[in-house]
Amino acid sequence: MPERTLVSPQDIQRVVVRIAHEIVERNRGARDIVLVGMQTRGVPLANRLAATIEGLEGITVPVGSLDISLYRDDLSSLSLKPTVHRTDIPVDIADKQVVLVDDVFYTGRSIRAAMDALIDLGRPQSIQLAVLIDRGHRELPIRADYVGKNIPTSQNEEIKVYVKEVDGEDKVTIIAPSKEVTDEND
Amino acid sequence: MKTIEPGAGIATPDTLPPPPIAVWQHRHILDLDDFTREEIGLVLETADAMAEVLTREVKRVPTLRGKTVVTMFYEPSTRTRASFELAAKNLSADTVSLDASKSSVTKGESLIDSLRTIQALGADFIVMRHSQSGAPYLATQHVNCSIINAGDGWHAHPSQALLDIYTIRRHLGKLDNLKVAIMGDIMHSRVARSNIWGMSTMGARIVLCAPNTLLPRYLENFLAKCQLPHVSIETDIEPALEDADVVMPLRLQMERQQSGLLPSLREYIQLYQLTTERLSLARQNVLVMHPGPINEGIEISPEVAHGAQSVIEEQVSNGVAIRMALLYLIAGGKNK
Repeated sequence: MPERTLVSPQDIQRVVVRIAHEIVERNRGARDIVLVGMQTRGVPLANRLAATIEGLEGITVPVGSLDISLYRDDLSSLSLKPTVHRTDIPVDIADKQVVLVDDVFYTGRSIRAAMDALIDLGRPQSIQLAVLIDRGHRELPIRADYVGKNIPTSQNEEIKVYVKEVDGEDKVTIIAPSKEVTDEND
Repeated sequence: MKTIEPGAGIATPDTLPPPPIAVWQHRHILDLDDFTREEIGLVLETADAMAEVLTREVKRVPTLRGKTVVTMFYEPSTRTRASFELAAKNLSADTVSLDASKSSVTKGESLIDSLRTIQALGADFIVMRHSQSGAPYLATQHVNCSIINAGDGWHAHPSQALLDIYTIRRHLGKLDNLKVAIMGDIMHSRVARSNIWGMSTMGARIVLCAPNTLLPRYLENFLAKCQLPHVSIETDIEPALEDADVVMPLRLQMERQQSGLLPSLREYIQLYQLTTERLSLARQNVLVMHPGPINEGIEISPEVAHGAQSVIEEQVSNGVAIRMALLYLIAGGKNK
């Protein structure tokens, strides 16, 4: 079955604006917030959230990028070309409200790894999770605080998120059925 | 650290663009002669991520939990061994270090038997230094562990060459068309040999500078046969240093002066020591490197070794990141 678009660029923009509002509302402002995007597509989403929050509150929220390759629980079954990007978080996260940002929320294993990675960097006041797409099929007791779209899927379907900064366009698509699940979508 | 501007896209400042290789194939790291430019690029890119880990307060990630790294050194070493052990520990691997002078080797155990014993004890990686060129290659035929060559005879020292390349890249951005002068005891130097492969692959022009007695025999034939047109030979130090971007004097192995390769140590110092005056022939931002250990006052003057252009200590720190990268890539690649 071909790739089918589920979420349009406009919808993605609306979701970013809504989640930015929710983050500010829940944290009563933006003062102690640090946005941490997960490599690769979480990073541009975090940057967009930061820009939106700056428009709302007039505060520049620090944005970092987190690579979880070194924290994965499946290293030996990893890709043909193991790639690890640099983690770059510009501020000390101790006592901050850290909002993790990812594109697709799936098994929860990446988020588990991300939480371990963050805690190694310092002791945040809290860790919250913002995701563009929640596709279900959790394998760990982890939930998201901010969800863009809930998209119920079967496990042999593939959800692909495209963002302008990486892929040249904004959209979310579904491909089904697919034999393999790429490791970007967990 | 750098702050990221909103909308700046992916926040991966110091990394190369993803190298266009489909597969990481190296199960062992034996020398750099079978590394492509993309593969070296991937090692450097991975080392960048590891360098970030080393800046943290807690320099440890759980990546290699449950893996065992054995260092097996049949020759003395401080930095390489400590560097590999720290790299393994930073990735949460278990490490065992075997000192050949205190092991069953003294009771007559052969290399192959020692390797098999280590494998039976559950090693996943064996980091090996041996005085015989080719020993790690032999090891790969007898055990299933990944073998990392930490120096074999006069032959190769790939992790040292990678950390040299990494250090140069951090300072000068890239190696393409840089002039790198490797000076001194080329004949006995495995560092020089691995650097010839690695740096040539990365596009550098290499000048090997030494008295004829300290150059390998038939070097010119070798360079022609292996198609290394950007490697040249120079027996005088001044032309070698002229406009050099990187200068790397090698340790004069002191035992050599007894063997008649040098008329006298004093003459060598006079003709080949890297001094402040000679260094001024090189480019203004020249990097002074040395694989260590240094004989201060012999191949390099103390002022130069500890001077502003020296990155010798940084080489040592970068070594840990490079070795973490190698362990990670071997463990993570589909190369079994």
